[in-house]
Amino acid sequence: ALIQCKTSTLNWQQRNLEGYVGFANLPNQVYRKSVKRGFEFTLMVVGESGLGKSTLINSLFLTDLYSKDYPGPSQRIKKTVQVEQSKVLVKEGGVQLTLTIVDTPGFGDAVDNSNCWQPVINYIDSKCEDFLNAESRVNRRSMPDNRVHCCLYFIAPSGHGLKPLDIEFMKRLHDKVNVIPLIAKADTLTPEECQLFKKQIMKEIQEHKIKIYEFPDTEDDEDNKLIRKIKEKMPLAVVGSNVVIEVNGKKVRGRQYPWGVAEVENGEHCDFTVLRNMLIRTHMQDLKDVTNNVHYENYRSKKLAAVTCNGVDASKTKGQLTKSPLAQMEEERRDHVMKMKKMEAEMEQVFEMKVKEKKQKLKDSEAELERRHEQMKRNLEAQYKELEEKRRVFEEEKVNWEAQQRILEQQKLDASKTMEKNKKKGKIF
Amino acid sequence: DICLIRSSGTHSSTGGSTLLGYIGIDTIIEQMRKKTMKTGFDFNIMVVGHSGLGKSTLVNTLFKSQVSRRSAGWARDEKIPKTVEIKSVSHVIEEGGVKMKLTLVDTPGFGDQINNDNCWEPISKFINEQYEKFLKEEVNITRKKRIPDTRVHCCLYFISPTGHSLRQLDIEFMKRLSHSVNIIPIIAKADTMTTEERQEFKQRVRKELEMSGIEFYPQKEFDDDMEDKSDNDKIREAMPFAVVGSDKEYQVNGKRVLGRKTAWGVVEVENPNHCEFAQLRDFLIRSHLQDLKEVTHNIHYETYRAKRLNENGGLHPISSSDTQESNL
Repeated sequence: ALIQCKTSTLNWQQRNLEGYVGFANLPNQVYRKSVKRGFEFTLMVVGESGLGKSTLINSLFLTDLYSKDYPGPSQRIKKTVQVEQSKVLVKEGGVQLTLTIVDTPGFGDAVDNSNCWQPVINYIDSKCEDFLNAESRVNRRSMPDNRVHCCLYFIAPSGHGLKPLDIEFMKRLHDKVNVIPLIAKADTLTPEECQLFKKQIMKEIQEHKIKIYEFPDTEDDEDNKLIRKIKEKMPLAVVGSNVVIEVNGKKVRGRQYPWGVAEVENGEHCDFTVLRNMLIRTHMQDLKDVTNNVHYENYRSKKLAAVTCNGVDASKTKGQLTKSPLAQMEEERRDHVMKMKKMEAEMEQVFEMKVKEKKQKLKDSEAELERRHEQMKRNLEAQYKELEEKRRVFEEEKVNWEAQQRILEQQKLDASKTMEKNKKKGKIF
Repeated sequence: DICLIRSSGTHSSTGGSTLLGYIGIDTIIEQMRKKTMKTGFDFNIMVVGHSGLGKSTLVNTLFKSQVSRRSAGWARDEKIPKTVEIKSVSHVIEEGGVKMKLTLVDTPGFGDQINNDNCWEPISKFINEQYEKFLKEEVNITRKKRIPDTRVHCCLYFISPTGHSLRQLDIEFMKRLSHSVNIIPIIAKADTMTTEERQEFKQRVRKELEMSGIEFYPQKEFDDDMEDKSDNDKIREAMPFAVVGSDKEYQVNGKRVLGRKTAWGVVEVENPNHCEFAQLRDFLIRSHLQDLKEVTHNIHYETYRAKRLNENGGLHPISSSDTQESNL
């Protein structure tokens, strides 16, 4: 084989190899790594109680996820819609699958079923949010994928068409998760009734623009033929059973009626094998991919757009969604700086005002103090004067008294003098 | 066929007063029969249940003719109405010289909405309106010779074959209406369940009906005598009947039977091993048809009448001139 080589560097060209290089082994390497890691798959089942959801899950995975010891949610009566998950580890041929089944008991069972889809939507969103947070972390070593990869919606086999509840639910969930509608308990319908019913459902789905899970076209013609056959059978009419019955010497899983046995794995009786092949054997990976690339990305862009445009008008939000994150960050930074400046100016203003207030207060108190000081001084002076007055009076009294004393003394002296004189006189006699 | 008992003048074996010759009192049965055949009689049946449970098909099967409104020119894939509607269709069918005016009242939209609160109200109102009509006629000064009877004699309530238990809506409806009309609960589309599942489901449903205090027809309190009681007890034990309806015929073992053909066999409607349709039909038409009418007239209607006459000081008899207008 010749290597065709052209000097242009931008064209990708098919080149033929001269010898064996060995990168054909790449898929095997990927395979081996994946097998070691193990796979995860989350399946959600939604529908009114009594439509055979638990039985179908048991039939699909050939395990008794719900058994007598651990009865399925439908055996317990619920007043409000709950969302319950059960995990099961299934191993086959060295490949291990962590299967999570999410059940929604109570859906559509009440008299008033408005908003019974809300818990389901909340659950799906919360799983996407967990994944978004795990993705944004610094340490991303272990990122468990708990997002809902597929939602099986069970339609009651009325034979007429979709109920308003079915339409509402699917409309609200078709852009959050892969919705696969199924006709439950399909052994109620005869083949003709089933055909009419399927046509009616597909018509209504198209009328209401519900986007159910679309099988991707492959390059292989053979596969495409199969896929077209599956598409014609949508929605799949299923029957579930884990009871093994003997029919014509063969052991089959089915339901025993007085008029015959409805075989679960018989393609002419129901579409169970189609569902199982599609869900597990051919399209499991595609379901995961679509969940990751389409539904999760939708959720993520909506969530992040909402976060970066907080406080902005809704009309502006639409335009800003087209900017790149870096430009948005720049703008945000500028906004932030401006905000800071404004805050600073405000603070200064406030500060000044406070200072003025304080000064005023101090002045006031100073004046008050002075006033009091004056008053006290005056009081003091008055007291002083009073005291002076008293003193003066006292002094006067003292002087008087002293004067009186002197007079008294003088009198005494005079008296004694005369006495003496008298004495002298007396004696002389 | 009536056999004439000829007594030859001496003692008759049944006791009571002895007849000295044949009088012919027993011919009164024959006279009644002749009269009934001439006048014919009315029977009004109402079917309630959310869409897709096979109500119309079952009624067609019961009366072996296309009497449901689906066949009366209505399109098969009609849109589910936004509120409960009451649609009635009447047919006259004849058998063995006896004419019956069968009126079928359908209730499309029941239980189909997302919010089904009070969806039983239009039905309750309709039933009471029929009683009111009859009452007004009865209270008239100049009454018609035969008052047209539009009262609902029997209400077939279709239970969805979930296999688990009754739904909240089922209990609410039956609780509220079991005292104004005869309710016969039936399990629809019984070919969904295997024989064991059916038995279990029936038992559970019966227990739930008992616990909720729902008295379905035949009500225990209206059993006349021991014979009635034992008959009705047997029927009550077997209720609710699990039925399958079909108006198509297939060839099975050389016979033409009514049934549903699936890839794994033919469900025969009238085969008691397959479903209990035959039991329901015998019960409804062949043995208790007259009793249904009587209970409706003597008990449900009287209850309504007593209530009406006690409130607001009672109804005033309407003069003939008013009657002319109200009958338009």
